[in-house]
Amino acid sequence: MKTLAFASRNTKEMIRDKINLFFGLGFPLILLFLLSMMQANVPVNLFAVEYLTPGITVFGYSFISLFAGMIVAKDRTSSFMLRLFTSPMTSGNFITGYMLPLLPMAVCQTIVCFLAAIALGLDLTVNVFAAIAVLLPCSIIFIGMGLLCGCIFTEKQVGGVCGALFTNLTAWLSGTWFDTSIAGDIFDTIAHLLPFCHAVDAGRSALSGDYGAIMADLLWVIAYAIVIIILAIVVFQRKIAADK
Amino acid sequence: MKPAIITTNLTKKYDGKTAVDNLNLMVNQGELYSLLGVNGAGKTTTIKMLSCLIKPTSGDANLCGFSVQKEALKVKEKINVSPQETAIAMQLSVRENLEFICGIYGHDKSSSKKKTTEVIENLGLSEIEHSKARTLSGGWQRRLSIAMALISDPEILFLDEPTLGLDVIARRELWQTIKSLKGRKTIILTTHYLEEAESLSDHIGIMTKGRLVASGTPEELKADAGEDRFEEAFVKLCEGGIGQ
Repeated sequence: MKTLAFASRNTKEMIRDKINLFFGLGFPLILLFLLSMMQANVPVNLFAVEYLTPGITVFGYSFISLFAGMIVAKDRTSSFMLRLFTSPMTSGNFITGYMLPLLPMAVCQTIVCFLAAIALGLDLTVNVFAAIAVLLPCSIIFIGMGLLCGCIFTEKQVGGVCGALFTNLTAWLSGTWFDTSIAGDIFDTIAHLLPFCHAVDAGRSALSGDYGAIMADLLWVIAYAIVIIILAIVVFQRKIAADK
Repeated sequence: MKPAIITTNLTKKYDGKTAVDNLNLMVNQGELYSLLGVNGAGKTTTIKMLSCLIKPTSGDANLCGFSVQKEALKVKEKINVSPQETAIAMQLSVRENLEFICGIYGHDKSSSKKKTTEVIENLGLSEIEHSKARTLSGGWQRRLSIAMALISDPEILFLDEPTLGLDVIARRELWQTIKSLKGRKTIILTTHYLEEAESLSDHIGIMTKGRLVASGTPEELKADAGEDRFEEAFVKLCEGGIGQ
């Protein structure tokens, strides 16, 4: 009950912020439409919708980091958190209460992105559902990174780190816009040591029906998700104790 | 009368510096006890220890029969705090804020709605019930903050500078609210407004450099200091430590 009450409050705080909604849902869709329009006017297969959609979905998750980071940082630096600390809520209630609203948000964002892609010509097959399922674990990484940033940085700093750094990292290192190998070996190696391009590749494999290729990339994503969530929980508990 | 709060040699040290020094205090049930002192006297640290926000370095405090050192979660179920700065969820309406607090104190939906309606009526919040907290004036926000502290029906209520920054009318209105709670709740009040402490309190404790230097009714403190005006008595007691 305590966790659900807290999760419900966090959901309302996030979805009533219209800028959050615009960036979370609107911005990835605008990109998808623009790039699809560009594709229609270029002779090479640069931004094909079946290639682009998993990347745009992963890129959209970077805004979930921003939501998570902003709300934790805002709460942490306000008296509201002091009130909550004097309540019988445990750290488990806090962390679950922050994470719970973000998961359905990620699901909605993914579904909206794929619906837009279908409207732009993506075939509605069973592979679409597989791709959605394969991409969702990646959202855990971004939720964890958001919580982590919210624990460490102020609200303004979170805007910079999650809003600018993560979106750029995701955009450049996920292979959404271009094949990372064309930027050289070092860039390609770095990109493949991080989870973003693995998430996009797993999504692309699922969408193309190449199910055998999914697991190798998905394992990277799951491993990163576990490590980042554990790290976020540890830092949250330590930082919150220090903030008191 | 049964004691609601008993502290025994309660001490808090930060990096060797003593913020609260062997505090021995007893507050009876239903009493309004004000903690006064100049900045840095140790009032806020005392409140933080009593409300389980920070752990005492040594000593203990017993609230409603539970130790802050050993039974913090049980203490938290018996208390609530209205922090110095207004502690409300800005994107939520007045009703939603109150129902949220009910939720984190373990009430189910129907009980939360019922309690919220009661508090809204009792504290005269009906006209702003559906307004978002961020749109309220400072006075209304403060009143909501106190309502959020009351809705869990705490046995002990901590009011940290409840009228700070309010205009005279809003302050007087809040005094009436606080007066209406006397006898029903044990209230610990910290304030820099001496007339507020004199007007509202059953007993007053004066802290200087982490130590309780005087404690008694406003009349007793004036008599101890040999002054007619409470402000003069306060200054004399702070400077001289009479009544130690």
